[in-house]
Amino acid sequence: MVLIGVALIIIGFALRLNSLVVVTVAGLVTGLIAGMPIKEIITQFGEAFTTNRYMSILIVTLPVIGLLERSGLQNQAGHLVSKIKAATAGRILTIYLLIREIGAALGLNSIGGHPQTVRPLIAPMAEGAAEAKYGEVPEKEKEEIRAHAAAADNIGLFFGEDIFVAVGAILLMKGFFDQNGIEADPISMALWGIPTAIFVFIVHSIRLYFFDKKLDRKLRGKTENTPPISKKDVS
Amino acid sequence: MVFSVEFIYIIMGIIGFCCSIYTFLDKANPRRISSGLFYLLYSLTLLFGKVIPPFYIGIMVILMVLIVGLGGLKKGSYEEATEGQREERRKKLGNMLFLPALLIPIITVIGSKLFVNVKIGSLQLLDPANPTLVSLGIACLIAILAAVALTKSTPKTTIKESRRLLEAIGWAVVLPQLLATLGTIFTSAGVGKVVSDMVTKVIPETSLFWVVFAFCIGMAVFTMIMGNAFAAFPVMAAGIAIPLLIKQFGANPNQIAAISMFAGYCGTLMTPMAANFNIVPAALLDLKDKNHVIRVQIPTALCALAFNIVLMYFLIK
Repeated sequence: MVLIGVALIIIGFALRLNSLVVVTVAGLVTGLIAGMPIKEIITQFGEAFTTNRYMSILIVTLPVIGLLERSGLQNQAGHLVSKIKAATAGRILTIYLLIREIGAALGLNSIGGHPQTVRPLIAPMAEGAAEAKYGEVPEKEKEEIRAHAAAADNIGLFFGEDIFVAVGAILLMKGFFDQNGIEADPISMALWGIPTAIFVFIVHSIRLYFFDKKLDRKLRGKTENTPPISKKDVS
Repeated sequence: MVFSVEFIYIIMGIIGFCCSIYTFLDKANPRRISSGLFYLLYSLTLLFGKVIPPFYIGIMVILMVLIVGLGGLKKGSYEEATEGQREERRKKLGNMLFLPALLIPIITVIGSKLFVNVKIGSLQLLDPANPTLVSLGIACLIAILAAVALTKSTPKTTIKESRRLLEAIGWAVVLPQLLATLGTIFTSAGVGKVVSDMVTKVIPETSLFWVVFAFCIGMAVFTMIMGNAFAAFPVMAAGIAIPLLIKQFGANPNQIAAISMFAGYCGTLMTPMAANFNIVPAALLDLKDKNHVIRVQIPTALCALAFNIVLMYFLIK
């Protein structure tokens, strides 16, 4: 019965209804089915919303990024890259993936992030490299490059951070095994993350290599093409 | 402590509050009152989260969702710098522009690594509850001052620029917090146990490969539902890893732990429920399809998931 909430989420997302509404309705329905009084559900909403304020930390980065963008930070990032002949969108993102993954493995999670690094620096660099190479880049390909920039940040972070011993995930698992009377060693846990971390880096770099090839095929030598208009606008 | 987590939330609240004023005043926005109300309510939950009783915060959250659901949140107009103006300023400032942006990660890392245990008198400098968050907040404050000085901007421009970005993100800005809320309700309603029971029921307990398969896929799917691998691990480990893999097949718990968490992360890469990684960036980067980042990540996530299954199988065998 409690799975109705999960079903609501899946249906809601599949129908592309507004996520906020879907999540709220699913939360209310799940709570009601589990027999919680409505007042308690709303209280839980408020409580959890307050405890998780840290998730919205990006707000504090907005003034800096906004001011710098107004002064042409993104243009400068693109400009800097366009002077490097060997730079391509895929190569820049591969280097960023590497830095992000190694950084996270050393416990330096905060060197990246979407609001403070990807939007103002990495995405414009990748776009700038593509523009230096192909001239005008249609909006559709630009979006593809930006989506890849966001993905490189996530993938680097996720598969790097568990190699760092003091990260939350490792401590959580150690605590869980301790509770269940099973011996576990955080350093060994972190080390056994390395094979997957390397594998993911290789796979994703190969994908970025082919992404460059795809851009090559689509954009090489054509400049006057009108950008195709995306059909879906979900906001 | 000198700088607490609450201090950072108050800064966030002040930024949100100032932005909402400009939204209220934005004549070009056809829904400026309801849009402004959305950001005002949100900033109040940030500012006074600790003071207002949770029930009323809950009501405010539901009001915000209603505003969005009824189409009351619209973007406004911003006196954006033209490409020419931006290019002109860029030429003047050059690579100095990177300085404030780089200050954020540099100060955050220094703060969270070197100043964690620093005390002033008997007071802890950084909140021990979350030193990284506090360092990031302080780093941003310093970077704001640097950016204002470098670009010779007024506080007014600073707020206007913040509002432009905040409205670009729109409702997605509260989605991560709301999803975490849903996770709490799922947990207290016992969704986790039901899912793990279902997974344990379908697997043949004698075949090592299928147990590993079900465990890794279960981690990924559960993470996709909850939006968080941390929530998946205790449930799936208690249901499958400890009784079957460790006790029955004698697997090494360290290997299981490392690989299963990565299997969970493969799920994180594929779900809109992990909004702060997948949906908020799509909004931040002006992507038309909010699932665009997820679409890009799916192939890598599936390859990694397959690799994890094979790796775990051969390690135990």
